[in-house]
Amino acid sequence: MLIALPIISPFFFGILMMLFWKNFKAHSYLNLFSSVVSVIISVLLIDRVIEQGIITLQIGGWKAPFGIVIVADLFSSIMVVITAVIGFATALYSMATMDHDREKFGYYPLLQILLMGINGAFLTGDIFNLYVWFEVMLISSFVLLALGGKREQLEGAIKYVTLNLLSSALFLAGVGILYGLAGTLNMADLAVKLPNLEDPEMTTVVSILFLIAFGIKSAVFPLFFWLPASYHTPPAAVSAVFAGLLTKVGVYALIRVFTLIFVNDISFTHTIILVIAALTILTGVLGAAAQMNFRRILSFHIISQIGYMIMGLGLFSSLAIAGGILYIIHHIIVKTNLFLVSGFVNELRSTYDLKKLGGLYKLYPLVGLLFLIPALSLSGIPPLSGFWAKYSVIKAGIELDEFYIVAVALFVGLLTLFSMTKIWHEVFWKKNPEEEKTFNTINNTKQKVLSFLPIILLALITIIIGLNVEPFFNIAQKAADQLLNPEIYIKAVLGN
Amino acid sequence: MLFAALSGFIFVLLIPIINKYAKNSVGWIASIFPLALTVYFISFYTNVIDKGNSILESTSWVPSLGINLSFYLDGLSLTFSLIITVVGFVVFLYAGSYMKNYDSLGKFYIYIILFMSSMIGLVLSDNIITMFVFWELTSITSYLLIGFNHEKETARNSALQALLITGGGGLALLAGLIILSGISGSMSISSLASMNDILTEHRLYAPAALLILIGAFTKSAQFPFHFWLPNAMEAPTPVSAYLHSATMVKAGIYLIARMNPSLGGTELWNYTIMFVGAVTMLFTAVLSFKQTDLKKLLAYSTLSVLGTLTMLIGIGSDLAIKAFMIYLIAHALYKATLFLTAGMIDHSTGTRNIEELQGLRKVMPITAAIAILASLSKMGIIPLIGFVGKETVYAATIEYTNFGFLFITLAIAANIFVVYITMTVGFKPFFGKFRKTPKTPHELPFRMWFGPMLLAFGGLTLGIFSSFIIGKLINNTELGIITAKLNIPVKLWHGFTLELMLSFITVLLGILLFWKRNQLLKYVDNISFIDEITPSYHYQKLFNGTLKLAKLQSRILQNGFLRYYIMVIIISTIILGGTTLFSLGEMDYTGIIEMPGFEEIIIAIVMMTATYMTVRAKTRLAAIVAVGVIGYSIALIYIMYGAPDLAMTQFAIETLTVILFVLVIYRLPGYLPFSSTARRIRDFIIAGAGGLLMSLISIIILSNPLSSELKNYFAKNSYAIAKGKNIVNVILVDFRALDTMGEITVLAVAAIGVFALLKLRKGADEK
Repeated sequence: MLIALPIISPFFFGILMMLFWKNFKAHSYLNLFSSVVSVIISVLLIDRVIEQGIITLQIGGWKAPFGIVIVADLFSSIMVVITAVIGFATALYSMATMDHDREKFGYYPLLQILLMGINGAFLTGDIFNLYVWFEVMLISSFVLLALGGKREQLEGAIKYVTLNLLSSALFLAGVGILYGLAGTLNMADLAVKLPNLEDPEMTTVVSILFLIAFGIKSAVFPLFFWLPASYHTPPAAVSAVFAGLLTKVGVYALIRVFTLIFVNDISFTHTIILVIAALTILTGVLGAAAQMNFRRILSFHIISQIGYMIMGLGLFSSLAIAGGILYIIHHIIVKTNLFLVSGFVNELRSTYDLKKLGGLYKLYPLVGLLFLIPALSLSGIPPLSGFWAKYSVIKAGIELDEFYIVAVALFVGLLTLFSMTKIWHEVFWKKNPEEEKTFNTINNTKQKVLSFLPIILLALITIIIGLNVEPFFNIAQKAADQLLNPEIYIKAVLGN
Repeated sequence: MLFAALSGFIFVLLIPIINKYAKNSVGWIASIFPLALTVYFISFYTNVIDKGNSILESTSWVPSLGINLSFYLDGLSLTFSLIITVVGFVVFLYAGSYMKNYDSLGKFYIYIILFMSSMIGLVLSDNIITMFVFWELTSITSYLLIGFNHEKETARNSALQALLITGGGGLALLAGLIILSGISGSMSISSLASMNDILTEHRLYAPAALLILIGAFTKSAQFPFHFWLPNAMEAPTPVSAYLHSATMVKAGIYLIARMNPSLGGTELWNYTIMFVGAVTMLFTAVLSFKQTDLKKLLAYSTLSVLGTLTMLIGIGSDLAIKAFMIYLIAHALYKATLFLTAGMIDHSTGTRNIEELQGLRKVMPITAAIAILASLSKMGIIPLIGFVGKETVYAATIEYTNFGFLFITLAIAANIFVVYITMTVGFKPFFGKFRKTPKTPHELPFRMWFGPMLLAFGGLTLGIFSSFIIGKLINNTELGIITAKLNIPVKLWHGFTLELMLSFITVLLGILLFWKRNQLLKYVDNISFIDEITPSYHYQKLFNGTLKLAKLQSRILQNGFLRYYIMVIIISTIILGGTTLFSLGEMDYTGIIEMPGFEEIIIAIVMMTATYMTVRAKTRLAAIVAVGVIGYSIALIYIMYGAPDLAMTQFAIETLTVILFVLVIYRLPGYLPFSSTARRIRDFIIAGAGGLLMSLISIIILSNPLSSELKNYFAKNSYAIAKGKNIVNVILVDFRALDTMGEITVLAVAAIGVFALLKLRKGADEK
């Protein structure tokens, strides 16, 4: 039952909130409470998975592959834990910054449904069910993105939803074809049946559809357009959740299917993935270098770093995938935090434009420090979390003699550092160019605490991972070993 | 040692508190820290230097990656540690007074303590990755310190330049170190030393060695990466004295020395180091000639010395290593002093321009005495340590058989300029007739001159007693640069040797150069070849080029047009999917595909017509309605295949989708037909190819009969266990109930979305 709770709990709270639709104050407290519950559940879950190995639940008692099964292996559990952490951080931040209008129109219940969809995607063991969770995520994120109805927001939201629907269509087509090939939707069962087909090469063709569908979701080159078009438009709390979690569900799905189902022609599929990774790493960072808007820079960086995660998958060794997973953990924490900081700066100055910002370090050195920690971590500066993530994938690349992508990954590290210093110079170091305009003051202590608390919390996590990476690396390594030995997963789902 | 290496990171937490309650004494209090560390390191003196032992301590950190917090103390790391703590003490004390008018003195001490600790960690680390961690931290703290006056644009730019160059080198270093650990299977520097054969014969030796050297060269500002160092003079003077002459810039040289036993002994390694060092030594010395800023002059002379030190490791003979050690210590002592006295002059007169400074000896006698003492050491005058240093450098260079003559000529030429710089910086401001300066000069307080004086006298003491202190260090100690102990005595006076004569000539020519400066400058102005060898220009070009490329790329890729994004995605699918499909070769299309029935054909025609109408619609509304028709037609197909429940769901979703779309699209500007006919044809081809690909795949799949155990299972158990006669129904609400729950949620959320979009329009102009 525990394994279903990460889905049920936010669902329950989401419905509960809808019952008190008008009382949005209650929503915000319920949201916080729910996020705490999720943290507890997820920690219990990962603890059990570490102890007992992969656990499964056959929904409705219909045994796999006939019913839908949900499965928690280490990788899923890790993702569920981070999702809960981000849920908690943004719950606090939303309480401090979300405007009443959005709160009135269901901001919190939508957030809960989004988190439910994300957890569902991480836990399901059924490929069609994964599609359903993707839809849940897509519709709730779309409404969250469009909520407020500013013109700029709507424009972003349309691009977001159109391109993601394209992904859904390809995904669905892929699922249909897969069913046509193997007659099953259960992922473990697919892994068993596909290699025994008459012409297993067709699997490779289908895998391309999934690569494109999940590639759009993960925002890899050249499919990433929806991301920079939309992430800078909603309120900071929303873009922080999106930036942290959404693309990572795509990456999760890629890693899942390309370690479990589509492993019949690794030299072909995973080479494509590696090439895509290199181009994603490079184009993302170049995009960032060209921007002059706080959140746009951060958005393009997401793309670049998705590349590093996919690079782990493409290299396909134990260390590489462990590095990829470590990268996901690190990235979610750090990227969410940077978006929160950008939101705080916006609270003070009502703009994200680097040209108009400036002088913050002098007045708010603590905010400066709280930016610098995740920014340096993102740039892979030791001993913060990003360094270890980068170190692992690069080491894996060198071990496999994949020097081109290693060179790209290293060079881009420098460009990442450059674009972080750009924000640092323009927002914090440089003199305030609009001296006549005073800063918005945040006098409300509660608001101050609620917006600082999640930022400090996430910064601390980066530091803790950085200074004490051993347990984090270990669990990523174990998760990677599970992924690379799919028979464990198959046995857990289907029995013998 | 663990505590010594990491204590700074804890001590730094106290600074904000000290700064809050005792702002004026923060310098005093902070300087206790390096003093304590100095005492700590001196306590190892007997063990390491007298007895010649080396100490290795290790604490587990990331065992799964083979990374430990292991620290290694031998003659080399002890020498560096003492330079770091002693000069640190002097600079900490000095800065408290020099920077007392800065608001952000607390930040300064935070940065510089972090730097100092990182630097100590760097030179003590035995694990290559731990060393790299500290290496990067010195780059970051250096960045923060160079940009300390961050409201000045030049300070920001110089900080960034230093960061990018050393950071870029750092990445090369990281790659090199990972390759190195891959070859050897070890991350411990002390154990790598015994693997020289394995390492140098490996196929990846050359890339590993060169990558590590690039890291070292950037950090130690070797040609062609030297230009960041003069620009780093934007930093407050205590920073220049500490980071950019005595400590951080020597990290690269430390690394080369440290890696010499494991990677050295090959032509690639030694010649690269030797020639890069020699070029840096001469080139930067010559560049100093036109400078007029005290700090810049000192920066160029630092560069020249860094080049010399590098060259000496490249030569690599016993004598060269001896010269390296002496020169290293001598330089740390006099160069830090001269930076600090330059700062004192600046602080007192308000200018660093050498043209404006002269005759200050009467107003600033103490400063003058300290500066002159340090200058004498720098020029290599007996009995200071600089004399011993230069003698040994010359001796080592002459002795070198391969290119001895070339290098001695280069060394002398470079040293002539060093003497010239010393004359300009150490003597000129104090002698001659006094000239008015922007501020009225005055002598400086004890806190400022005490430290520099200590260093200057240190140079004298070490010179006179060179055979004891440095002599012992070099004779007894495991230096870790070459495997054997040196056993060459150090003496102040070697008699009337060739080196002494060369030394004398150097000083003489240097003074001559200084004397004839103005006449010579006129000639130099006409010679422009030096200006053409400007890596900084290429750096700038590369920097701007990258930015331009970035802008161009994002203009092309992220151009804002949704239709273009869709096009790229579809083309990607066609290319990737198509090539994969056709690479499979002949496929079996011969399976049985039933001919469609009459109703199916009708629905297909309706759908195709609707698709055509969608594309040709004049308004968005019409297009959306046409899309709706396609959706409803799909629902009809469901009905035909006996799934009314599915059809109903499809109807509901289709309806909501249309409404949602209408609401969103309502707010968009009017719909204008942009596309030209050519574009439409292009889009038609792309769309057609996409459709064709999907159809082809479907046909191939359908031509193989599907044998699914699911079908049979559902048919068998629907009624028996699930108690439902309609199999589709049972699948929806029982076998796959979770899917249905998800889809219901999708509907509910869509409904909320419709509601919210209708009601809530923030900041939108109501139309």
